[in-house]
Amino acid sequence: MALLNELAKKKEGLVEGHRLCPGCTHSVIMRQVLAAADTDKYDIVVAAATGCFEVSSGLYPYTSWNIPWIHNAFENAASTISGIEAMYRLWKKKGRTDKDIRFIAIASDGGTYDIGLQALSGAIERGHQFLYICNDNNAYQNTGNQRSSATPFGASTTTSPNGTVLQGKSQPKKDIMSVLEGHHMQYLAQASPSNWRDLMDKAKTALDVNGPTYMNVIEPCTTGWGFPSNKSIEIAQLAVDTCIWPLYEIIEGKVKINYKPKNKLPVEEFLKPQKRFAHLFKKGNEHLIKEYQGQVDKHWEWLLAREASGIGY
Amino acid sequence: MGKKVALTGNEAAAHAIRQINPDVVAAFPITPSTPIPQGVAQFIADGQMDTEFVTVESEHSAMSACVGASAAGGRVMTATSANGYALMWEILYIASGTRLPIVMAVAARALSAPLNIHGDHSDIMGGRDTGWIQLIAENSQETYDNLIQAVKIAENKKVMTPALGAFDGFNISHAIEIWEMEDDAKVKEFVGEYEPLYPLLKTDEPITHGAWAPPNWYFENRMNQLEGLLNAKDVVADVGKEFGKAFGREYGLYEAYKMDDAEFTIVAAGSVCGTTKDVVDKLRENGVKAGLLKIRLFRPFPYKELADVLSGTKAIAVLDRVSPAGAQGGPLFTEIRSALYDVNNRPPVINYTYGLGGRDTQPVHINSVYDTLKKIVDTGRVEKQFDCLNLRGTWG
Ligand SMILES: Cc1ncc(C[n+]2csc(CCOP(=O)(O)OP(=O)(O)O)c2C)c(N)n1
Ligand code: SF4
Ligand SMILES: [Mg+2]
Repeated sequence: MALLNELAKKKEGLVEGHRLCPGCTHSVIMRQVLAAADTDKYDIVVAAATGCFEVSSGLYPYTSWNIPWIHNAFENAASTISGIEAMYRLWKKKGRTDKDIRFIAIASDGGTYDIGLQALSGAIERGHQFLYICNDNNAYQNTGNQRSSATPFGASTTTSPNGTVLQGKSQPKKDIMSVLEGHHMQYLAQASPSNWRDLMDKAKTALDVNGPTYMNVIEPCTTGWGFPSNKSIEIAQLAVDTCIWPLYEIIEGKVKINYKPKNKLPVEEFLKPQKRFAHLFKKGNEHLIKEYQGQVDKHWEWLLAREASGIGY
Repeated sequence: MGKKVALTGNEAAAHAIRQINPDVVAAFPITPSTPIPQGVAQFIADGQMDTEFVTVESEHSAMSACVGASAAGGRVMTATSANGYALMWEILYIASGTRLPIVMAVAARALSAPLNIHGDHSDIMGGRDTGWIQLIAENSQETYDNLIQAVKIAENKKVMTPALGAFDGFNISHAIEIWEMEDDAKVKEFVGEYEPLYPLLKTDEPITHGAWAPPNWYFENRMNQLEGLLNAKDVVADVGKEFGKAFGREYGLYEAYKMDDAEFTIVAAGSVCGTTKDVVDKLRENGVKAGLLKIRLFRPFPYKELADVLSGTKAIAVLDRVSPAGAQGGPLFTEIRSALYDVNNRPPVINYTYGLGGRDTQPVHINSVYDTLKKIVDTGRVEKQFDCLNLRGTWG
């Protein structure tokens, strides 16, 4: 990996002027990914799904993108990139370009876990060469923090609100990594902008795979989650240290955990600073935190066992 | 010179696509257009075209991939019908709004429910306001010819608008007809090379496609888009003439069949026009001044030109192959009636729905329409403004 001072000099693909909330990590993640890309070797084309990042970075007649970028719709970032990548293969075949171009589709959890899942599955199965990045902010943030299948258990959102009878989302989060792993793709990784070197290594690795790759990245959302806008990276770090958001790769089906906290923090440490979980700390709701801790532990144990098994495809 | 072949309408579409040899095709099977992607796949497997074929997992993804591929910078085609077209809906608007000259073959079919795989115009008429150019064919020859012309029309720099070439499901898609297939090389020469305007793949000149437009820009965008669509009218006429020069079959915006002195006129689109022409010929033999105005270009709708043709006639029946769905009549009827509003001494106009879900329309039914028109002229009275052809029982 390049030294920090070299990275700082690199031409940016995503530049200032976007309208993300202050403290939003969508741009932080993208800049880390683009900094990791070996742009001396190849160029990048991006297809974005509708969502916070898209509306904030491509507002006619302005753009924050210094690299080719397209937004099509909410559920079709993967099929859009399929078409672009197919055209690239054609251009290559016919000698219309001598460039090496790599493709990135970018969406959040709504465009990935939910409405875009079919298109993503199809694109992976067809074997297009692209890196799909899901910036998981745990809800449909662009439309005002509605629950998604990526919303964690217990979180209060505008469609799974805390009330007198119900206490936030009653279902656990979908394990999208396992869902996508079933496509037997070569490389999947989960990352966090708090661990930027790890994230950048993963992006670089993924971009060099000759086929579809996937990155699931935690994207703390100051507005929807309810924490001060200068705490985004700390919140991401807490998700990692509580093992709510384990950093791991699945390489040819083999799990490799990239970070095992020496001192695994209780989930409360992650929940406490966020308004969306405030109700869990009310008297009488202790069992909900306990249940959530159970879910997190179970998944972490399972991941450790998977790694220990050494089993791949 | 082309050669005469006896093939189906779907094969005509597939061969047109083979000869156009687009850079990317992304398609998903649905009856009755399935043989088109199948044909394309076979042509590729046999080395007869070198298109990148994206075998998407849905029509939504088909049109999405077409948008991506077209914005990437190349010639893109697809094919679909009915539910597949409906599933593309959202992206049809995005294709036209992004000014991507994608060309699509549509074997027009009924929409569910009830599920029905047969021909009518529910799909394309439902999508008439998606901002696409719409050409409708009468037979296999026109299916083939229209698709080749559509490429040139859509890609014209004054147009830059996606175009569909529709042909009736089963009546055309599955019927074997004799038609003329032109030389591969001549078709290639006719369509020429596509020069994309702002390709994503030109990474040295990074471009943003699909930025959202707030109230202070959306309106201008839409009106620019409309300008492109409206420009297509003259381009359709020019390309139709050019096609005539190249291949001997000239096309206009519409076909006026025995309209010069016609008193009783049917306005229709699609395969029913073949049946109608036969009926017109028979009636003419008996001294009845029957005529047919066949719609070829439905979007943009050439209302002035059509009104001119219709202004001399005494009574008009418009045939719609779709339910009026609560409007005063079918979409073709309301367009035609509106076009005639500015004509002096405008003739009475009535409307029929026919052929829904593949219901047969035979000469006897077309004859009954001309009978009714005669009666209207004789009595000066319209008894029924809307009726159905070949429906069980009576309507209304
Ligand atoms: C087909 C469709 N349905 C609904 C919407 C409305 N919509 C736009 S963005 C969005 C949520 C986006 O959520 P996500 O993908 O998680 O992105 P985020 O804004 O959270 O980054 C929704 C529901 C839409 N644009 N298209
Ligand atoms: S709502 Fe959340 S995800 Fe959206 S821009 Fe603001 S901080 Fe970012
Ligand atoms: Mg989200």
